[in-house]
Amino acid sequence: MPVSVRLPTVLRTHAGGLSEVSAEGATIGEVVDDVVRQFPGTANHLKAPDGALHRFVNVYLDDEDVRYLGGLDTPVSDGAEVSIVPAVAGGTG
Amino acid sequence: MAPYDSVLDLIGNTPLVDVSALSPSPGVRILAKLEGQNPGGSVKDRAAKAMIEEAEKEGLLHPGSVVLESSSGNTGIALAMICRVRGYRLVVVLPENVSVERRQLLEVWGAEIVPSPGEEGSNGALRGARALAAEHPDWYFPYQYGNPANPKAHYEGTGPEIWRDCPEVTHFVAGLGTAGTLMGVGRFLKERNPAVQLWAVEPPAGEMVDGLRNLDDGFVPPVFVDNGGAELLDRKMIVRARESIEWTRRLTEVGIFAGISSGSAMAAAARGAAQLDEGVMVTLVADGGWKYLSTGAWTADLDEVTERATRLIYF
Repeated sequence: MPVSVRLPTVLRTHAGGLSEVSAEGATIGEVVDDVVRQFPGTANHLKAPDGALHRFVNVYLDDEDVRYLGGLDTPVSDGAEVSIVPAVAGGTG
Repeated sequence: MAPYDSVLDLIGNTPLVDVSALSPSPGVRILAKLEGQNPGGSVKDRAAKAMIEEAEKEGLLHPGSVVLESSSGNTGIALAMICRVRGYRLVVVLPENVSVERRQLLEVWGAEIVPSPGEEGSNGALRGARALAAEHPDWYFPYQYGNPANPKAHYEGTGPEIWRDCPEVTHFVAGLGTAGTLMGVGRFLKERNPAVQLWAVEPPAGEMVDGLRNLDDGFVPPVFVDNGGAELLDRKMIVRARESIEWTRRLTEVGIFAGISSGSAMAAAARGAAQLDEGVMVTLVADGGWKYLSTGAWTADLDEVTERATRLIYF
């Protein structure tokens, strides 16, 4: 089942300038792997060498951070929206 | 009531107000902690005061000392007020695309503003402050993202106040930012009742003003890491600009004129409340709405305000 994946500005150069791509997978891990398969330039930006998510990458499934769901094993249902968002300094500080 | 010695003694002890009229679930109460009641106008008065007092205790500050901080607004404003009272000079590295009122307030307190590129967001301001700190080793750089006094102010202040006023709390919902509020309040409440849920709210800054040249420039605040944030938090949600502004407007229905990050927190609380049958949520209203009037957040067309939010730092 294809889901839409929103990419941050910093990854778009590795994805043909696209801000949103379509990817397949039953879990977040499979969706991320499919993004990497389509756009190999994103690999080092999304995953750490040990296969975990890059520490400065937050992946949201329907606006919920997957680290507090099931991580890469979080199931993804049809029509879900996945957002990849870099960890940056922020807030009203 | 006895007179206060200093306006700085008014920091903290903010009121908790029932805003359950906005709860989508009849069994879920929502209470708002009004941090805009602090004298500097935001929750950041707490961390700023704690960081300055800690530095004074360590002998790092003397009359005429220079304090340096990066801020998108509220911490700078809080430090500016405190430094003015205590006799220090303040230099604030501020992204150039914050609302005009933030700059004006810093000027009210006599702070010196060093602009950082707008497209680099808070990350860019932090980079700028680090560079200045390296150039001026005699300046005191509190570094709110990594200063233990920041979460400590909430562990010793905000958390106990919530527990005192509402021991039946089941959820605490607040913006992430430096993580000071969530780590301090979260640790305190979970020590009292491990079942309390800690929910973090993030504006989608990473999609707007993320300030990254590449992902390795990303940033997780040491305050978050040092307090075991990933284990402490139970949930983290994005609330987007449009929904944040909608909920900032809805807060006025219960008489609360709040900043836009409070709309984000309220939206997250409402989203969670709709999934529950019962509970008592405490959400943090980080500041009042005054500093955002120029954004048109309450009165302008919602589409226009939302579009502008992709360029301005509203949160």
